[in-house]
Amino acid sequence: MSDPFALPWLLPAPADFRARLKAIRTADPIDAGALRALVQTALDATQLEQASRVVSARVGDLAGAGLRPLKLGIVASHTAKGIAYALPAAALRHGLLLSVELADYGQAAQALLDPGSSLAQSRPDAILLALDAQALGLARPCLDPAEAEATVTRALDYVAALRAGARDHAGAPVIVQTLAPPVESLFGSYDGQLAGTVRWLIAEFNARLLRSVAGSGDLALDVAFLAASVGLRQWHDARLWHDAKLPFAVEALPLYADKLGGLLAAFRGLSRKCLVLDLDNTLWGGIIGDDGIDGILLGQGSGTGEAHLAVQAFALDLRARGVVLAVCSKNEDSAARLPFIGPNGGHSEMLLREEHIAVFLANWTDKASNLRQIAATLNIGTDALVFLDDNPAERAQVRQELPEVAVPEIGSDPADFTRILGQAGYFEAVSFGAEDRSRAAMYSANAQRAAAMTSVSNLHDYHASLEMVCTIAPFDDAGRARIAQLANKSNQFNLTTRRYTEADIAAIAADPTRFTMQVRLADRFGDNGMISVLIFARGAEEWRCETWLMSCRVLGRRVEEAVLAHVAAAARAAGAARLVGEYIPSAKNAMVRDHFAKLGFVKTADRADGGTEWALDLETYVTPTLPMILE
Amino acid sequence: MDREEITGIVTEIMCDVFDLDELDYSDGLSAEVIEEWDSLSHIRFIVAVEKRFGFRFSSAEIEGFSKVGDLVDSIAAHIG
Repeated sequence: MSDPFALPWLLPAPADFRARLKAIRTADPIDAGALRALVQTALDATQLEQASRVVSARVGDLAGAGLRPLKLGIVASHTAKGIAYALPAAALRHGLLLSVELADYGQAAQALLDPGSSLAQSRPDAILLALDAQALGLARPCLDPAEAEATVTRALDYVAALRAGARDHAGAPVIVQTLAPPVESLFGSYDGQLAGTVRWLIAEFNARLLRSVAGSGDLALDVAFLAASVGLRQWHDARLWHDAKLPFAVEALPLYADKLGGLLAAFRGLSRKCLVLDLDNTLWGGIIGDDGIDGILLGQGSGTGEAHLAVQAFALDLRARGVVLAVCSKNEDSAARLPFIGPNGGHSEMLLREEHIAVFLANWTDKASNLRQIAATLNIGTDALVFLDDNPAERAQVRQELPEVAVPEIGSDPADFTRILGQAGYFEAVSFGAEDRSRAAMYSANAQRAAAMTSVSNLHDYHASLEMVCTIAPFDDAGRARIAQLANKSNQFNLTTRRYTEADIAAIAADPTRFTMQVRLADRFGDNGMISVLIFARGAEEWRCETWLMSCRVLGRRVEEAVLAHVAAAARAAGAARLVGEYIPSAKNAMVRDHFAKLGFVKTADRADGGTEWALDLETYVTPTLPMILE
Repeated sequence: MDREEITGIVTEIMCDVFDLDELDYSDGLSAEVIEEWDSLSHIRFIVAVEKRFGFRFSSAEIEGFSKVGDLVDSIAAHIG
């Protein structure tokens, strides 16, 4: 842990890195799995650049490997080639197939304010705006209070103008960056109090910048925090700044690139959803099966016990922000549950309780199989799991069997577990809404629904027992972030897999030629929140379905019939004769291949790309009776 | 550490940073000879040397390097 730049949650880069990369580079077809495994290690700046070159050279071959493509524009007031060269490999670590369009050095205004700039013309999916304190006029003090305020406002106005330019001319959200404060003080501690010192200017700028980003559809990379986490003296390299206008030390590049890659992945909805916890020597010290409830170390003022308790507290905090918790332990089920419940209400120091754990698997099956079962129970992919286990052998087995599961190296000291897990940033998010607050509870409710299903004899009774309430409304501002999140995350139940940014959603909501639906579903176990999104283009004769997606959490609940009834009624009232839809096949959406057929649509075309087109005659469509209240 | 050992280590670093399969070291090697040696990889090269030998060059020293031999001389002086 002594190297502040290390990415300790990753395995170290292999000693034969260059030989492995060469084997990957020369193989045909490319071994995407080997390349992805290689970038899961802690590559240094040189290795990132070399791996990125392979990624960029083989983009076509990698396109079929289940990666999410993303084009990033980079606009910088300093040298950014090093960043551009390192990013494709760092982004691949997070499941993205990244291409980079780098604007000329120091040409921020031209690139973003001119609709004809090559950056705007390249239609990036997002634009990184990397500005330094010098370019923003914040690198020198100005000790007149009014002038200090005006200086910060000018800098923010400049950033705002560039952000507006990116939106208007390139149609892309911007990733802004906070500024790392300088190492040098003018006075000392007093710098923080006095308006106009550089430390004050940068603190003001950062705080106001972050406030302006919240809810705007733009994103922020908190460089000030990254720099603080490694130490400002390590982050800044004045020599490289003077000599080559490099924004930070070369050693910081892998950390910066990893965090930017993680942010881009979160933007694309690729963040992890579930933390799977081992028990013995992870959530408590010792072995519950051997040591018993009074023998395990947890809290009680023991250093080791307090460290394990801190892991529980962190897991609970993650749950409160929407991360689902599961347990996967090699144990007898009864022993494993003892601290959670036990004869006297569990271990007195336990923070985690059974109700916090959505899936609890304690058995002697191998952990990879158990992780598959956890993912299946929660109806999420194994690529949404993070597996926390103190045992290196278990970690290796899971990595071998399920390379898509995130398995942090957490070291051997429980005092480090929380920090390393937090540093890894598996659960990076770009927004936080009501859905996130209640997600973990929703997953627990799903487990209860599964239990309820076994107690009723048929599907009809089951549906009736759920007391469902389905709410359908057009897109609005309040729903925008969640709509964009669903549009980016939904892969399986998604007829067209069209992706939309928040800005796209706002534009569609305001477009009178579109008919939009955001759908929520509640039942007696809880509110599932927004679970389905539809966009239709209204025509005089026919309404065409552009997007129809649904969360797999509510599969088999007849929600799709309810939304069809809703849009059919609206189209009929508008005088349309039919609804038309298309199915565009992707690597993940085979489950909805027959979606339109099941709903009574008639196939009108088989396309060469494997897609199909469908139509529903509104004249003959009969609204079904559904086991839910529609609002 | 004698000069030969230093050039051996520098050669290894150059192979890594410039992505070369092999390199015949000579004091006269420079950015003009090695295709992969550009302003950016130059910085990574310098930083890798500093990390390996455990000291930092000054800006003036870096500006004074026109070929690898200059760098090796400077390393020898630093760790000498």
